[in-house]
Amino acid sequence: MADTAIAAPAQRVRRRKYGSMSRDRTWALRWSYFFLTLFVIFFLLPPVYMLITSLKTSAEISTAANPWWVFNPTLENYRELVTSPQYLGYFRNSVLVSVIVVAVTMLISVPAAFALSRMKFWGSATLATGVFLTYLVPDTLLFIPLFKMFATFADWTGIQLINRWYVLLIVYPTLTVPFCTWIMIGYFASIPKELDEAALIDGAGWLQTLTKVFIPVALPGLIAATIFAFTVSWAQFLYPLAFTTSTEQLVLPVGIITSLIKGDVFNWGQIMTGALLGAAPPLIIYAFLMDYYIAGLTAGATKG
Amino acid sequence: MAEVRLRKVVKRFDDVEAVRGIDLDIADHEFVVLVGPSGCGKSTTLRMVAGLEDISDGEVLIGGDVVNDVPPKDRDIAMVFQNYALYPHMTVFQNMSFGLRLKHYPKAEIKKRVDEAARILDIAELLDRKPKQLSGGQRQRVAMGRAIVRNPKVFLFDEPLSNLDAKLRVAMRTEIKKVHQQVRTTTIYVTHDQVEAMTLADRVVVMNNGRIEQIGTPNQLYHTPETRFVAGFIGSPAMNFIPCQLEERAGALSIRLTDSLAFPVPEAKASRYRGRAANGSMLLGLRPEHITEAHGHLEPGAVPFEARLEVTEPMGMETLVYFGVNGAQVCGRVNPNSGAREGAALRLAANLNNMHLIDEATGRVI
Repeated sequence: MADTAIAAPAQRVRRRKYGSMSRDRTWALRWSYFFLTLFVIFFLLPPVYMLITSLKTSAEISTAANPWWVFNPTLENYRELVTSPQYLGYFRNSVLVSVIVVAVTMLISVPAAFALSRMKFWGSATLATGVFLTYLVPDTLLFIPLFKMFATFADWTGIQLINRWYVLLIVYPTLTVPFCTWIMIGYFASIPKELDEAALIDGAGWLQTLTKVFIPVALPGLIAATIFAFTVSWAQFLYPLAFTTSTEQLVLPVGIITSLIKGDVFNWGQIMTGALLGAAPPLIIYAFLMDYYIAGLTAGATKG
Repeated sequence: MAEVRLRKVVKRFDDVEAVRGIDLDIADHEFVVLVGPSGCGKSTTLRMVAGLEDISDGEVLIGGDVVNDVPPKDRDIAMVFQNYALYPHMTVFQNMSFGLRLKHYPKAEIKKRVDEAARILDIAELLDRKPKQLSGGQRQRVAMGRAIVRNPKVFLFDEPLSNLDAKLRVAMRTEIKKVHQQVRTTTIYVTHDQVEAMTLADRVVVMNNGRIEQIGTPNQLYHTPETRFVAGFIGSPAMNFIPCQLEERAGALSIRLTDSLAFPVPEAKASRYRGRAANGSMLLGLRPEHITEAHGHLEPGAVPFEARLEVTEPMGMETLVYFGVNGAQVCGRVNPNSGAREGAALRLAANLNNMHLIDEATGRVI
């Protein structure tokens, strides 16, 4: 009798506790959805607006009609851009620059990260921090000295790099290499030391340890770094604006602005279309490699 | 296969001397276990043999050659790590054959060796799996397989069973012993678990503080420890140490524990301790199994005494009893039917034929 009398309230207390925990959780979820919805609206409005505008004619854009609705949808803007040799030239330059910069970045930063994280040499820790610090210098500070350097280089050697699309192959890695090296250092550091010791005993040299063990194991990090390098070199605006001027040397972000804005005439429909098409390649790459990208960004944090 | 020799091997990390001049001869085919508490230098010693740590001073010889400056891959050794260190992106077959593939062995030879090792370790059906699809015990087998296929001169094991649960550890222990009986490769095995050391080793090397305390077969270490450290480290529950005085009266030696409690030294041991009475404070070392309940008939050398039990721990086949003597907690092992109860007095017998006397100042067994 006494036992049941004690047991009953205890049970009730436990149930109430459980109920309150689940209620907390429900509220937490509601709030997260509320804020997530806010963010989604905030971040998706511009691209949606771009899409809507790109489907309109110039005449419709300039009328005072509802800007969120297309009354006479047309693909004219798309047709014009895709058949324009100028726009295709920008696209080609962008692809060339981005692909080569990604390759160069990976070729430099992966071995550099391996050396900095694994071969403990004098000053390696300082150097690793130094690599990251160089990334923190804003590019707005750097383009004038860089410009000066290329000018001096041209004076000395007679090789003119300014106003050539390939000057970007030298400039972009100053942004991508430090950050990618930093990502890869973090990723390599999370690989247990025993793994390279096992490879060492198995008879692998440094290069074989890197190519046969580290790169495959750190593939998510490698992909994250690749995406980063691609995004940076695809979307970079300031450097191409400063270093390239001739139409046939321009890359997409600058090309769209310079050729589609004529004086004070803004060809909004084509600008929006050009930007939308320009945003497509990184978007497609993100979509395919999203899982790897997230795994790569969180890897250093948890070590699992 | 080969013998391994360490000559006055020293390892310094900056100012700290982790290994302080070790001499060790390991014969061909021998299974030697380095055991000691964490930080005693056992793993560092192993890693110096492997070539993963530089040797600060002294020499390491494998098969008669000094290998101080030989890189790990040319020492012809194989190592099994505590966390397995399997390559996560390779299958079991690729993991085991990695070393052979790097050395460009013919494909048929690689397959033959891997199949043979997989047969010995009973992992033939796992060859196509990735490490993450394996259990802890299976991963450990693969790590051993990776060592076996190389057919090295020396196997090095660095606490290979520490990551496994207790039951699996016992099973894998037997497994390792079986494998060694089949392949007979010279083996150096590092562990902090004295039970593992005792059960696996041909010879055990007990290390403490960067030095070797004692080298011997498991039985030698258990029955004739040379130092207090070895006496206390080997055996579970650990040996009891009770502060005492050695007294010599009219030619008869006795161990005085308290004013009211003294044990006569048995005849067989007396010659050993004669003339040491003036030594000052000593420790009586007596293993728990040599303190049992007093039967009606006591064998020679067993001395009965009364103790008030503080704690009893029933283990099933025996009961551990704890009581205090002269400020030290003493453990005894009694029959579960002896009626041992906490707080009650029990008549116990100390078998002094197996006693050790330790000089407290030097820590050495007399």
